[in-house]
Amino acid sequence: MAIVNFEMPNFLPALPEMFVLGMACFILILDLFIKQQDRVITYLLSIATLVGAAFLTISLSDGERHLTFSGSFVSDPMGDVLKLFIYLVTAVVFLYSRDYLKKRDLFKGEYFVLGLFGVLGMMVMVSAHSMLTLYMGLELLSLSLYALVAFQRDSLKATEAAMKYFILGAIASGMLLYGMSMLYGASGSLNIAEIGAYAALNTDNTVLMFGLVFVIVGLGFKLGAVPFHMWVPDVYQGAPSSVTLYIATAPKIAAFAMVMRLLVEGVGDLHNEWQSLLVVLAVLSIAIGNVVAIAQTNIKRMLAYSAISHVGFILIGLLAGTDNGYSSAMFYVVVYSLMSMGGFGMIILLSRSGFEADKLDDFKGLNERSPWMAAMMMILMFSMAGVPPTVGFYAKLSVLQAAVDVEMVWLAVYAVVFSVIGAFYYLRIIRLMYFDKPMDTNKIEAGIDMRIALSVNSLGMLVLGLFPAALMQWCIAVI
Amino acid sequence: MIALSDFLILGAVLFCISVAGIFINRKNVIVLLMAIELMLLAVNMNFIAFSYYMNDLAGQVFVFFILTVAAAEAAIGLAILVVWFRNRRTINVENLDTLKG
Repeated sequence: MAIVNFEMPNFLPALPEMFVLGMACFILILDLFIKQQDRVITYLLSIATLVGAAFLTISLSDGERHLTFSGSFVSDPMGDVLKLFIYLVTAVVFLYSRDYLKKRDLFKGEYFVLGLFGVLGMMVMVSAHSMLTLYMGLELLSLSLYALVAFQRDSLKATEAAMKYFILGAIASGMLLYGMSMLYGASGSLNIAEIGAYAALNTDNTVLMFGLVFVIVGLGFKLGAVPFHMWVPDVYQGAPSSVTLYIATAPKIAAFAMVMRLLVEGVGDLHNEWQSLLVVLAVLSIAIGNVVAIAQTNIKRMLAYSAISHVGFILIGLLAGTDNGYSSAMFYVVVYSLMSMGGFGMIILLSRSGFEADKLDDFKGLNERSPWMAAMMMILMFSMAGVPPTVGFYAKLSVLQAAVDVEMVWLAVYAVVFSVIGAFYYLRIIRLMYFDKPMDTNKIEAGIDMRIALSVNSLGMLVLGLFPAALMQWCIAVI
Repeated sequence: MIALSDFLILGAVLFCISVAGIFINRKNVIVLLMAIELMLLAVNMNFIAFSYYMNDLAGQVFVFFILTVAAAEAAIGLAILVVWFRNRRTINVENLDTLKG
């Protein structure tokens, strides 16, 4: 066996990751010495960590692609943009969660520390350029999420959701690893570029195909695509709303990055093979997600099925296999994570101690209680349904455009038909808010910062819908 | 001399046993955790076999990482199992039924 000469790697491209790791460990220790009434320090430091990481990412970003750690870590413009959105989304998630956690005696350092470790996992996934780093990032994210779901220890629903999430997540990791072992066996390398180089020369290798199927099953689990979606509704419903908010947003961006690194950068030359598998996942996700969501009475569960159908749309962009498709999928995933952040934020806004506001009926007559918040929720629902002029429409349009460009008109038509069916359950919420009498007449307790952030979040969906070009150009430029 | 394919068949058999263990088992959550461990070990078998036959150390390094992560994963899984048991007073798979719709 070859003796490897150890060379000092260039640590600079991984500086944001090291910063987040250092700060997360520091906050973990510091939190032990903080009294409960001063816990806000932990919260502020966590936000500061994300701001600092964003600052580092921006200042290190020079539009070039840097490989380091023997080619197992990459820092490129696509990764930088995705990381910036991960920081943004996580910071807003922390902001939305603060009051919710305080009212439930859950305002502890663990939430923020696990959240930051999750961010670190996502950053490693985004920057992974070897199957080893990809797996380590994925597991760091997953383990943090399992612990976060079980974070409300005395809740039967939350612990049961955590158990289900853990088991299905571990199966997914196992499938993904089995696929990775086959890719390694076929190509002889863990490095994504080398696997890609091998795949380009051997497009009909059986072992490679076999591994690819398992990898896609694993990715399907992590994305929550049908038929591997069983965990999504249960986890979304069972977890405390602030954790659902976290799971529903930033990890989707990381999962998108994982698909881009493994399937597109890695085995991009096997596009014909993985395209047909993704078509199946997309077709099933859009149908099951939209149809089953109609039957739900719990809004968190309904948004979970809506998430499944949105994953179907993201997959349509990816399976088109063109740069246009990838950038529209990236646009979609970023927009989706912002939309669902607003949607779950609204559930948190309406909740108070001892009341979760997770039933559809809890939204009845919101217009009478707070016309402004009802209007904000209406924008979010229109955006999720894909009604112009909100950004949800533009995101769906660009994804479908990409599908039509590669002559998959049937898929685009199919997706449109099901999003019309899906519009029903989004519009139902608007009907409940505007045309029904409120069942719950208590004042909305949320603080002013949460109201402002949520309003900016919702209005952002409208503004982005009117001026999508800047974000879209950004997505096109970095792919 | 044992051929590479023998190791791969062993890995595949272990993997199938673990998947069957997860889906057939309707009794005990701890058995699920054991099946998950077995799944990771099946993967390790594959990696080591490939690594040995290709004279490439990277696969064996990956195995060390998988073992470490599997230990962390088992710790979190058991911790979740304990909190669930405290709330539900059972570890029967069939009792994972509060959430449905």
